[in-house]
Amino acid sequence: MWTFLHKLASPPYFYKLAASMIPWLAVAGLVLVGYGTVAGLFFAPPDYQQKDAFRIIYVHVPAAYLSMLGYVVMATAAGIGLIWRMKLAHAVAASAAPLGAWFTFLALITGAIWGRPMWGTWWEWGDPRLTSELILLFLYFGYMALRAAIDDTTKADRASAVLALVGAVNVPIIHFSVEWWSSLHQGPTLIRAGGPAIAGPMLWPLLAMIFGFSLLFAALLLGRVRTEVLIRERRARWVRKLVYPEETA
Amino acid sequence: MEVLSMGGYGAYVWTAYALTFGVLILCVAQGRRRHRRVMSELRARVLVDRAAAEKSR
Amino acid sequence: MTEPEPGLPGLLAGFAAVVRRDLHLAWRRPGDVLNPLFFFAIVSTLFPLAVGPDADQLALNGPGVLWVAALLAALLSLNSVFLNDHEDGTLDQLLLSPQPLPLLALAKSTAHWLVSGLPLVLVSPLVALSFQMPARATTVMMLTLALGTVSLSMLGAIGAGLTVGLNRGNALLSLLILPLAMPMLIFGARTVSLAAAGDAASAGIYFLGAYCVLALSLAPFATAAALRISNE
Repeated sequence: MWTFLHKLASPPYFYKLAASMIPWLAVAGLVLVGYGTVAGLFFAPPDYQQKDAFRIIYVHVPAAYLSMLGYVVMATAAGIGLIWRMKLAHAVAASAAPLGAWFTFLALITGAIWGRPMWGTWWEWGDPRLTSELILLFLYFGYMALRAAIDDTTKADRASAVLALVGAVNVPIIHFSVEWWSSLHQGPTLIRAGGPAIAGPMLWPLLAMIFGFSLLFAALLLGRVRTEVLIRERRARWVRKLVYPEETA
Repeated sequence: MEVLSMGGYGAYVWTAYALTFGVLILCVAQGRRRHRRVMSELRARVLVDRAAAEKSR
Repeated sequence: MTEPEPGLPGLLAGFAAVVRRDLHLAWRRPGDVLNPLFFFAIVSTLFPLAVGPDADQLALNGPGVLWVAALLAALLSLNSVFLNDHEDGTLDQLLLSPQPLPLLALAKSTAHWLVSGLPLVLVSPLVALSFQMPARATTVMMLTLALGTVSLSMLGAIGAGLTVGLNRGNALLSLLILPLAMPMLIFGARTVSLAAAGDAASAGIYFLGAYCVLALSLAPFATAAALRISNE
């Protein structure tokens, strides 16, 4: 186990391993998402209250889930990179941020599109989930802006890692305060906790979508990490060999 | 055609799905473009280094 | 922690020396202290001019407007927490000093609060008056602002430490800190609104107090880490 982890942390080994894993992840993810999309759009029975508009949850919920998972991955990797000075972990953190931001954007957009027929408005400040997602998007922007402002990769890694950890401490607090804030004026809620439970033919496509999107996220993440590894290892021999095979001849 | 209209919510449902898959495709394209750009930058760097080495020889 | 070597100032002395130095500097350059206050006053003037002089509406929006204005004013001065020290080399001295860096970071944040947060708190009742805020709400407002600005000075120092070597200035710092400051704004403004309406305001004050304690105890360590990274 430890030897495997040790090997995994070695950039050239990771670079090759990731390349061989991406197609499998992508295919499995696409199969699940394909099933989820078809079943969710055409075979799941319409919700008795929201009719066919509820089908948006099959893309909204996975996006919202990944927006949060992205931050968790980013902060965890940043912490590992900061404590053990592991370049690979920093590469993961740097790659998770733009992906997480994209999924946050998706969660916001699909949430607004869902809200329009349900609430009659594109944006409902009273909904704590949408507001939290918006702040999460700003957190991602801050992280990426800090990275972009620092030219030196090592410095950018470490500085942005501090920011990611500070953000991770604050995310639960932000979520709690937004919940408190919106509870003061009872806003319309889309899904009540413990409300109408969704089951069977409605639930399976949702699980497939969540799992499938996670696999696609992993594939996209690994692809980005490979690029980041190349940047961090640009002076290493194996990278030179990789970009110019005939040089060693 | 009944399927497409989604009980009157067609515009919303289809836009949400189109945006989601659009962003997914965009993510893939963005990642690939970045990888290619980094690769070509690294290649250029090797060439520059080699030229410098030959000059000094 | 090991005992300081003989001849070196103790922990408290080091803390006090940093605070005293920053207060001295602020005294010499009163503009740095006064400008955020003027900014606070001007922003609070903008709102009535923008939304109209209706007294009821002003009373309703007053707490929120005051809090946003105070937040922006406090943010305005954050950029300079470490900037001058970075330029004249004092920061290097702080990093090399045998005193624990988190303690010195705490001292810097404390000094920043004394010259930027505290004056804001003291001036705020004047502005509140113009927003028709009742007296009981004004007390609550000063308390929440005090707790909030302390937290912001602590939190903001992290951002200032991270951006100290970069010449992008304030916009980046605001982008980093404002999302993190939202809980304070939410609880601060809401609590003042509740107090103005005659409701119980204790929940928000407790939250802000807890947040303040958390920021006081954790943020200096993050600031110290940020400063080390920025000056590697």
